[in-house]
Amino acid sequence: MDITRSEVVAVRAAAEVVNVRHIVRRAAVDLAFSLVEQTKIVTAASELARNMVDYGGGGDLTVELLSDGIRKGVRLIFEDQGPGIPDIQQALRDGFTTGKGLGLGLGGAKRLSNEFQIDSAPGRGTRITIVRWKGSA
Amino acid sequence: MAGKSALSDVVQKNGREILSAWVQRQQTDLALRNNLLQPGELQQQASDFLTAFGPAIERGGTDSTTGEAWSPVRDLLSTISRSRARQGFTPAETATFVFSLKRILFDALQREVKDSTQLADEMWKASVVLDDLGLYTTETYQKGREEIINRQQQELMELSTPVVQLWAGVLALPLIGTLDSARTQVVMESLLQSIVDTGSSIAIIDITGVPVVDTLVAQHLLKTVAAARLMGADCIISGIRPQIAQTIVHLGVEISDVMTKATLADAFAVALTRVGLAIVRKG
Amino acid sequence: MQRIPILKMGPYLLVSIQVDMDDRTAMALQDDLMEQIVRHRARGVLIDISALDVVDSFIGRMLADTAAMARVLDADTVVVGMQPSVAITLVELGLALTGVRSALNIERGMDLLRSRIEGPGIADGHHEE
Repeated sequence: MDITRSEVVAVRAAAEVVNVRHIVRRAAVDLAFSLVEQTKIVTAASELARNMVDYGGGGDLTVELLSDGIRKGVRLIFEDQGPGIPDIQQALRDGFTTGKGLGLGLGGAKRLSNEFQIDSAPGRGTRITIVRWKGSA
Repeated sequence: MAGKSALSDVVQKNGREILSAWVQRQQTDLALRNNLLQPGELQQQASDFLTAFGPAIERGGTDSTTGEAWSPVRDLLSTISRSRARQGFTPAETATFVFSLKRILFDALQREVKDSTQLADEMWKASVVLDDLGLYTTETYQKGREEIINRQQQELMELSTPVVQLWAGVLALPLIGTLDSARTQVVMESLLQSIVDTGSSIAIIDITGVPVVDTLVAQHLLKTVAAARLMGADCIISGIRPQIAQTIVHLGVEISDVMTKATLADAFAVALTRVGLAIVRKG
Repeated sequence: MQRIPILKMGPYLLVSIQVDMDDRTAMALQDDLMEQIVRHRARGVLIDISALDVVDSFIGRMLADTAAMARVLDADTVVVGMQPSVAITLVELGLALTGVRSALNIERGMDLLRSRIEGPGIADGHHEE
């Protein structure tokens, strides 16, 4: 699998979530994602970027374009140095929130992605990786 | 391992002779298939290739053709093989473009390099590079074909899902045949788009022609109904045969808040009432 | 920070969201709407989101909350023009926007508001709830 393009954006404030949406949209458009596919990955990115600002104190987003044979995809890596997530299973459950949100962020982002991986432990920050492949259900 | 090699010198000095010998050779090889190409197309492609090939050997060496110095050559080959894939050439015919250069290069090297050890070395290098590029050609040819197949699949899916307008404000989607997850998704997206385009506030999804409904397909249907509702339109699912009703219940799919009707006619009657119309017998 | 303009038309307030809102802009819109409902004694609010290509859980919640708050102030809310791709994504996200009424376009939305406020008989028969 090749990474054909990669860029890193700092996400520190809630207002920058809009910027994240635009960058991810551009990546999805460059890979000729269908409108629905674009909307799904952009929405997932919006949820995770906001989570990172609200609960992780901000962090970095890496946007990568992937090429695996004829498969093309977008990989998003959200990394923060925040307090971490003590119970990942619980955090993934719909409706669970420690803050002001609806608690759909993590579970929702997972449903909107084809691959979802979360690495986190208390005090060690959080790293969430999602991938969406073009043309996948 | 960049550095002067006799190979790049030979290619750059004898460009003209190599080009004409190579084009002639390919024309013989392709013989009957020549009509697939535009006049002059082969000449142009060969000339472009040689123009990029010489400098690539000089700058990128012959150990590997994956480096940055080789990228103009690879890009060119990729364009050529994709267009051959579209034009209907076989993979072997496409790879011949590169492989047919071997004989020509060997001949040129033999004329230019007198020392036999060096000659063997240069011929080996030429052989390795062309093998590499030939494989690359086949690979991109394959990719090109797969892209064509993907596109056709997509087009076929869109063709097989007609959304029809039954009345102003009333759409119907008669589904026929086995629904897999991908097809259901395409169908549902085109239904929702038609709802917007026609401003229809009610849509009937008729599954009379669907032999099997599994959990995944049922889920897709329900998600579509939910999405339509968010947009401000209602859906009726009609044509649910007894076996499918049984399956839906056994699978535990929750459809209590979706309107279902046994036949398309029943659903149409409901839809007309919804848009404020009634059918009356004349006279 | 941008502010989304709110238009008053008779007993109705009209909003057409034309920009990708950040969270503060969304919250400011909610505040402004509540204030204007009270000031103009508005009976209905129409929010056009046809230009939005993303509605995430934050904006979704803002819409649902706005509808609920407006209800408390005796005004009906209709959200119009949601794009199919947005609707599909919201369903996948798990957001049902319970309590938010929706219509395909501004005309249908206005019909819906009028039928609610002036009684039945004017709308196109499209029902909600």
